[in-house]
Amino acid sequence: MKAGPAREAPGPAAVSFRGVSRHFGDVRAVDGVDLDIAPGEFFAMLGPSGSGKTTCLRLIAGFEQPTAGTIAIFGQAVDGVPAYRRPVNTVFQDYALFPHMNVLDNVCYGLRIRGVPRRQRELQGREALALVKLAGMEARRPGQLSGGQRQRVALARALVVQPRVLLLDEPLGALDLKLREEMQGELKGLHRRLGLAFVFVTHDQGEALSMADRVAVFNEGRIVQVAAPEEIYERPRTRFVADFVGGSNVIAADVVKSWTGTAREASIRPEKIVLADPATLPGDRITVPATVTEVLYHGAMRRVEMRADFGPLVASIPAAGAAIGEGIAVRASFAREALHLMESA
Amino acid sequence: MSAAADLGMPGDSLLRRISDVLLARRGFYLLLLLVPPLLWLGVVYLGSLFALLAESLFSIDDFSGVVVREPTLATFRQLLQPANLDVIIRTVTIAATVTILAVIVAFPIAYYAARYARGRTKAAFYLLIMMPLWSSYLVKVYAWKLLLAKEGAIGWTFDAVGLRPLLDAVLAIPVIGGPSLSTSYIGMVLVFLYLWIPFMVLPVQAALERVPGNLIEASGDLGASPRQTFRRVILPLALPGIVAGAIFTFSLTLGDYIVPEIVGPSSLILGQVVYIQQGTAGNVPLAAAFSVVPIVIMGLLLAIAKRMGAFDAL
Repeated sequence: MKAGPAREAPGPAAVSFRGVSRHFGDVRAVDGVDLDIAPGEFFAMLGPSGSGKTTCLRLIAGFEQPTAGTIAIFGQAVDGVPAYRRPVNTVFQDYALFPHMNVLDNVCYGLRIRGVPRRQRELQGREALALVKLAGMEARRPGQLSGGQRQRVALARALVVQPRVLLLDEPLGALDLKLREEMQGELKGLHRRLGLAFVFVTHDQGEALSMADRVAVFNEGRIVQVAAPEEIYERPRTRFVADFVGGSNVIAADVVKSWTGTAREASIRPEKIVLADPATLPGDRITVPATVTEVLYHGAMRRVEMRADFGPLVASIPAAGAAIGEGIAVRASFAREALHLMESA
Repeated sequence: MSAAADLGMPGDSLLRRISDVLLARRGFYLLLLLVPPLLWLGVVYLGSLFALLAESLFSIDDFSGVVVREPTLATFRQLLQPANLDVIIRTVTIAATVTILAVIVAFPIAYYAARYARGRTKAAFYLLIMMPLWSSYLVKVYAWKLLLAKEGAIGWTFDAVGLRPLLDAVLAIPVIGGPSLSTSYIGMVLVFLYLWIPFMVLPVQAALERVPGNLIEASGDLGASPRQTFRRVILPLALPGIVAGAIFTFSLTLGDYIVPEIVGPSSLILGQVVYIQQGTAGNVPLAAAFSVVPIVIMGLLLAIAKRMGAFDAL
């Protein structure tokens, strides 16, 4: 699958993996991963828990060393280089703020380690806090902050030392929905302004699709697909991607063969399925008779669960149309080109 | 009652009614819980402590040996006599030495136990640390006296590996040396160190256990070498545990009178003086005044530790 970097940049990749594995005893947390992250790219690593995405992040940060393969950061191999000598910084899942320091000292920690004089580092620290909209909080202790504020301190603390790659480990996981949406926008804005590579680990497909330039979907220690969000969503490479990213309908190979003559599994997005009379619709369409089993109201859309003769089928239709009762027979149809053939997983 | 029966709830019994009352009146419940320990702590423990302190404000009639029950600071002034001041300085120095050595010995053990030991290893660790506490204190001290004696196992080992001159050279150091380990301050400090080490290891280990691993990773991530991480993150967060352990080792040494009776040179330390003054010498006010010394020293140390921010991480 072609999946070039979103922004072509001259010079080496910000992060590159070549055949990288990390095994813990018999457990293959990361298994033969190849990866290139472009400088300035917003790159999401998406997958269920235990899929290896966090281990990949820790391999970049230097908290883990690969059992096989090579990792390079801006063309420099970092085999055996410890975390404290890598030009990358991490925003931890639960923030990992130092409880015995106030907000400003937390933010200035990296500068202090680098021997920046107090006056200068506090100036930079205050700037970083202003960047994440926390000016005036300098003297607070981490324990006195809300989850969202801690998140911002962690962000400022990582950014103030000017990393070349910023690693974010499920940074929004502990926030409530409203705050999460707000922070998504702010992270996107920060990324645009700072222009450095962000590597973002998440198990939330919505988050990955809405924020990233490119998404790598992980499963069982391997990357299943790397592509732009639209590509991932519209053309999932395998059944796993189709399932994990936004609950596509997966159609068995023999059914697909009866429709197209090709015996391969295919996916069809719920919003591509229409329940109106197919005769009134243009184009080459595939029509399936089905019985409605459940209708769920989702605000703008209605999720219609149906049973066709080959199995369950889900459609997502505008809620504005006529109400559909459970148990009625419908004719579900979709454009032939909306059916996306997948590789066998 | 019948309503409860109708709803199929358990019927009333006396115990159930009591627990209903306790649940409804939280204040009463708390009072009931706290009265016995408060009685003990407030009346028996603090009461006798204050009685002791009051005693230190009395003096003794030099001729009759009778306690004069009039408030005076004369007894405290006696503490400043060279011989008594000597005892205080000697005792504080020994206690400080024991405490510093205990931190040095205990920290790596506690660090290993907190960060690396898991499962069985951890259980073994607790067992090994606690086991010395199971046997009699006296037996342990006498055992050490035998180990440290001139013909004891330690001297014998030095002989066997041909390092006798080294041991002799150490014992030749003025003040801390002596004719043998068992009659020197070195021996006394070793015995104290052995006796109190669990009291240092356990609080330090508890403090280190509460340092989340990701703080250490975060420190490294921000560019700190392991050494810098230790100094700026691990040590400050372990400090409350170290202070707690130091309170144990320091105050236990300050108050002990058995170890210096059995091991070490003949010059007295504070606990022995208290013992002699209230016993054979019959000078209870002076004994009481001596007992105030460790209390004041501990108070000062805690105030300094607090000012240095030792409890900021709590």
